[in-house]
Amino acid sequence: MFKKSLLAGVALSAMLSGAALAEGLSGDKVVIGVLTDLSGVYADVAGKGSIVAVEMAVADYGGKVLGKPIEVITADHQNKADIAVNIAREWIDTKGADALVDLVTSSVGLGVQGVGGEKGVVTINSGAATVRLTQKECTATSFHWIYDTYSLAHVTTPSVVADGGDSWFIITADYAFGHSLEADAKTVLGELGAKVVGSVRHPFPSADLSSFLLQAQSSGAKVVALANAGQDTINSVKQAAEFGIVAGGQKLVALLAFLSDIHSIGLELGQGLLVTTGFYWDLDDETRGFSKKFFDKFGKMPTMVQAADYSATLHYLKAIEAAGTDDGKVVAAKMKELPVKDAVIHEGKIAANGRVVHDMYLMEVKKPSESTGEWDLYKLVKTVPGAQAFQDPAKSGCALAQ
Amino acid sequence: MAVVKSIRPSGTVSGRFTGNTRLIIGVLLIAALLVAPYVAYPGFLMKALCFALFACAFNLMLGFVGLLSFGHAAFFGTAAYASGYAAKVWGLTPELAILFGGLVGGAMGLVIGAIAIRRQGIYFAMITLAISQMVFFFAIQAGSITGGEDGLQGVPRGNLFGLISLEDSLTMYYFVLAVFLLGFGLIWRIVNSPYGAVLKAIRENEPRAISLGYRVDRFKVLAFTLSAALTGVAGGTKAIAVQLASLTDVQWQMSGEVILMTLLGGVGTLVGPAVGGALVVGLENYLATSGLPVTMVIGVVFVVCVLVFRRGIVGEINVFLGRRR
Repeated sequence: MFKKSLLAGVALSAMLSGAALAEGLSGDKVVIGVLTDLSGVYADVAGKGSIVAVEMAVADYGGKVLGKPIEVITADHQNKADIAVNIAREWIDTKGADALVDLVTSSVGLGVQGVGGEKGVVTINSGAATVRLTQKECTATSFHWIYDTYSLAHVTTPSVVADGGDSWFIITADYAFGHSLEADAKTVLGELGAKVVGSVRHPFPSADLSSFLLQAQSSGAKVVALANAGQDTINSVKQAAEFGIVAGGQKLVALLAFLSDIHSIGLELGQGLLVTTGFYWDLDDETRGFSKKFFDKFGKMPTMVQAADYSATLHYLKAIEAAGTDDGKVVAAKMKELPVKDAVIHEGKIAANGRVVHDMYLMEVKKPSESTGEWDLYKLVKTVPGAQAFQDPAKSGCALAQ
Repeated sequence: MAVVKSIRPSGTVSGRFTGNTRLIIGVLLIAALLVAPYVAYPGFLMKALCFALFACAFNLMLGFVGLLSFGHAAFFGTAAYASGYAAKVWGLTPELAILFGGLVGGAMGLVIGAIAIRRQGIYFAMITLAISQMVFFFAIQAGSITGGEDGLQGVPRGNLFGLISLEDSLTMYYFVLAVFLLGFGLIWRIVNSPYGAVLKAIRENEPRAISLGYRVDRFKVLAFTLSAALTGVAGGTKAIAVQLASLTDVQWQMSGEVILMTLLGGVGTLVGPAVGGALVVGLENYLATSGLPVTMVIGVVFVVCVLVFRRGIVGEINVFLGRRR
């Protein structure tokens, strides 16, 4: 019994690997796996909306590629890297997954990207911030879409300094993400000759940031920057409003805030806050068109992560069409060749390390009096070209970009 | 002491079976584990086995000494980091890396145990929780070793004894199975030894054990150390099998999860925690793709189990079979 099943297993795996080598589509269909957080802290930033976005992209593409059906499978990784990695492996081995998208949370992103690299499956990260995805850990089939920690520091910082904000106080969440944002921001400030008056680290997560905000307020810095994320940022902005930091003439900068965060803070408390984003729904007719459709399906405007999932899925399908196969490495090479052009990213190109280089936007949160609706939250301050916003691939340390 | 009373197991410690029946059941279970990877996905089974061992090791404290530790994630997670780091940076072979994880877990267990066993019940739980939180914050800060919230990624599976490649998931599965069986065997041996009998005596009536001349504290520290070391082996094996160690492993929720596994399977039964561990990992894994809210479903399952089968799955089966005889 045991021997027989062993033999059967060997025969089966031989057949499977034979099929994978053939031209065309493996399994006669393209399977896109959406691995996201459906129940935890990133459920608003990514979550269900990411699945909706991917499904929209598939529908907009026509539901078929090379005449074969496209299947979308989904899972909730619960923000646990080992669950995500296990599901990714299982999808690739037993369901024939050809691409994995979203991958919010840095530990999940890095873990799944490793699996994708090992198995030659395309991984597209739009949720995680860590720039490590396109640095040493890059793989031939890995992509990072809409933002990263490097770009967050390199969009906001120069623009605010150019605008006269030449003395800074940085409030940092005390973990790797916060440290890396703070370090990047300090480097930029140093290059520009701006002064860092002080910085303070708060435990992660924190419900009460008042002592840190008071330090920032009394430091007399022109700019108070928040190098934290999610609930910490929401708490910081709300409490900063209570202490009248913005009203007192200091500029408040959130190095990372998503549309969903600002929506939950509200304009009353959030007004005047500067944020960096890779996508905003109300930029032009194309973004409005996509976002309205998304809104009709989902009831919320897309965050940049969800919008990126749409863009990434479309680009991936285009690359399959152009390459004539869904073999991971071939498609990945094609993706890097083709320009990224859709309703979300109008003009982007993909560097050798998998970094999608596109325009980034510095936004200011509107005053309640300027807003015309629930989702009318930002006004554009500045468009920063991709070459300036993202790290030079040659300096990323990714072996593919040397 | 209320905590201890409510979780006191029902059946006898070694189950309701004797002699040949037990042997047959054991052989059948092992046979089932041997063919399992042809039925279910090996990657999932490996993880289930690691958590099963984790729960069994935890049960050594809860089920057989009657002390509820709320900090076992500290041993599990630290050992996962230790093994992962040893395999990735020092290039140790997987069996040595796992052994190193076990040693790290055991050493931590000795230190933490020596502090914590001075108190009982809820105080014991709180001390272990507090210390494990310290370990958690250390893991966030020690980014150069643990990778902070990015996790320790890309741990190589390496070659067993420097010879057999574990890259193939079937080979890896059988290696994990061997580790599990060794760990489980050790727990079985501990529980059924004179030492285990003393532990149970302490659980049932500590003052009497003291009056019989046993140095109860030493027994407890040793049990805690053994439990932590085996937890470390489970954590290390997980790091090698899944190829990463992350903050999830060292977070307090993990300590809660292992209590859940043990209670679901059956406190104080030998096989129970293993069943519970496999069940919880299975739920997490298979519910993930179902579109249901995972945490909520697991919560409901737990509440139902606590209300309906107080003794856990295996505990109830034991009682049922005992009644029929």
